Amino acid sequence: MNGLRTIAVASGKGGTGKTTVATNLAVLLARQGHAVQYIDGDVEAPNGHIFLRPDITHSRCVTVPVPTVDSSRCTGCGRCGQICQFKAIVPVKSSVLTFEQLCHSCGGCLRVCPVQAIEEKPLDIGRVDIGRTDGPDFVQGTLRIGSVRSVALIRAVRTHAADRGVVILDAPPGTSCPVIAAVRGVDFVLLVTEPTPFGLHDLKLAAAMVRHLGLAHGVVINRSGLADEATEMFCRGEGIEILARIPDDRRIAETYSNGGLILDVAPNLGDIFSALARRLLA
Amino acid sequence: MKELVIISGKGGTGKTSVTAGFAALADRAVLADCDVDAADLHLVLKPRTYKSEDFSGGKTARIVAERCTGCGTCAGVCRFGAVILPDPDAGGAYRIDPTACEGCKVCVEFCPAAAIAFEDTINGRWHIGQTRFGPLVYAELGVAEENSGKLVSLIRKEARALAVDKGCDLLIVDGSPGVGCPVIASIAGADLVLIVTEPTLSGRHDLGRVADLARHFGVPAAVCVNKADINPALSEQICSEAAERSLSVLASIPYDPQVTAAQVAGQTIIELGPGPAERVVRRLWEQTLDLLNGRMAAR
Amino acid sequence: MKIAVTAQGPDLDAAVDPRFGRAAYFLLVDTETMDFSLMENEASQAAGGAGVSAAQAVIDAGAEAVLTGNCGPNAFRTLKAGGVSVYTGVSGTVREAIEGYVAGRFSPDAGANVQSHHGTEPQE
Repeated sequence: MNGLRTIAVASGKGGTGKTTVATNLAVLLARQGHAVQYIDGDVEAPNGHIFLRPDITHSRCVTVPVPTVDSSRCTGCGRCGQICQFKAIVPVKSSVLTFEQLCHSCGGCLRVCPVQAIEEKPLDIGRVDIGRTDGPDFVQGTLRIGSVRSVALIRAVRTHAADRGVVILDAPPGTSCPVIAAVRGVDFVLLVTEPTPFGLHDLKLAAAMVRHLGLAHGVVINRSGLADEATEMFCRGEGIEILARIPDDRRIAETYSNGGLILDVAPNLGDIFSALARRLLA
Repeated sequence: MKELVIISGKGGTGKTSVTAGFAALADRAVLADCDVDAADLHLVLKPRTYKSEDFSGGKTARIVAERCTGCGTCAGVCRFGAVILPDPDAGGAYRIDPTACEGCKVCVEFCPAAAIAFEDTINGRWHIGQTRFGPLVYAELGVAEENSGKLVSLIRKEARALAVDKGCDLLIVDGSPGVGCPVIASIAGADLVLIVTEPTLSGRHDLGRVADLARHFGVPAAVCVNKADINPALSEQICSEAAERSLSVLASIPYDPQVTAAQVAGQTIIELGPGPAERVVRRLWEQTLDLLNGRMAAR
Repeated sequence: MKIAVTAQGPDLDAAVDPRFGRAAYFLLVDTETMDFSLMENEASQAAGGAGVSAAQAVIDAGAEAVLTGNCGPNAFRTLKAGGVSVYTGVSGTVREAIEGYVAGRFSPDAGANVQSHHGTEPQE
């Protein structure tokens, strides 16, 4: 194996099997003797811990900077309100209101304030947990309920990425900003899909996203056997390699539902993931 | 006019299939797909689109190359890593990466050469179409675009206006997965949120988070468990935990291959014909209506 | 005095809009003459901060009070800072709302009466 590989596992549609693929792949690679780190970047709904059952060794609170105004210095010039695109800082009559939840932490207001009346204070947006398992090392982000700062938290989670071995990054579903934050700059994106009309429709969106970002990618078909032809045709037409097919099997669904790793469900699942690992790390 | 929003916390629990089923059963409803990141409802409802508009969610900075002096101030003030440095050998202008630009305007304000334009971003398109069950408002975000919830709010606003205009007293909304901006924008002010969950540990975990979100925003919520028989023990557990949170579980839908068959056929589960899931979805619909119309307490 | 009333349509016979930040219109009414000017609510298109923007528009227009169905926390804070009294729970037509206000049937709110809509509420 050559050096560091960061592999993101993403999908257009939710519920296609990202976490199933990411956790089982991470465990398999660890069993093969690689140094592996699993990162759960789905900060709104992190589920990797259910399957990996890590011992959390430490947690840190993640904050973003939001403005605080020293009213004794404020001259009421209003420049902070003029630059803010988000209504997070609002001069009204003789006071300046701040709305932390609207703030994007751009720092514009403090930069334009002519009298340095604005400083920044931290706003709690969630936490990062770091832990260990018998196999992969473990990192997850959990967004505070009601917070809208998924992107900032995902960036914070990614700063904990290992600098050696394989990093498997479990991305949020979809194709919008949190996913971009999760996959930007990775070496490879595994797009997990299910061969249904919804799955294929959303795979097309996801493929467009990774192409837009210039990221190498391949497809894993989960619940293969349902109606694969259309998905196969799409991948062929776009020149996207199908790297693995996980069969549509009720035992897999049941194992997953109980938080079990599907690697051990039936002998050939271990082979499927081994083959996937081989193709990824070659 | 009552607004019902169907969400899931975890993706893939069957929220869109349930929404489509409700569309087939509802009388004079307006339909809206607020899952703008991965909009699928239109694949089943097949709208004949009669209105389409561009959607702008914010603004993006763009460096006008001819005016750039290469001073690098923009890179120094940008907190989002959106400034692309010029190739040191080729010289030339700095550039903004539109997928990273937050639209904060700080670079625009501080560029000494006034070389940065600040323009409306076209993030996506939204549409209104007529379906066999009534009008559908839906949208798709452009690739790699920000999903701030603004487009979701716009869809709800247009759908509400349409309902008022057509004298419909029900709006059925297919919401987004997760607990972030798009979901918040989907559920705020709704009359009832129906959470579709599944009997998996992941589903249970995410049900908790999305139920907390609904409570945080003061929106009444109820639950239905989909594919309930793939893990009866966990289904039981979810039902009792829901009860502890004073959340009604309105129905448990059995796993039924007809749900996928319907999707493949481009139909709703109701149209495909009688079956185990179809029967329960019909009952679920009646229960949901009762709750919406105050004939039952949610919590 | 000048009062702003949220409205679903552009005149005094329009229904009061139950929303503030995303109301369709504001009617700025002189309670003595019933003359009014119409403000389209541009804030209704805003991504976030609609409540704040709408409140700013109402303050800048010189209203001393707002009559509306509901008012969220960000709008309320802004209106309060701007010295504008907020009356929620108002329904019927704009004309009826003004008449009710003048007759002293409403009392001002001490705070927002609904949650915020976009994750913009202060965290607990």
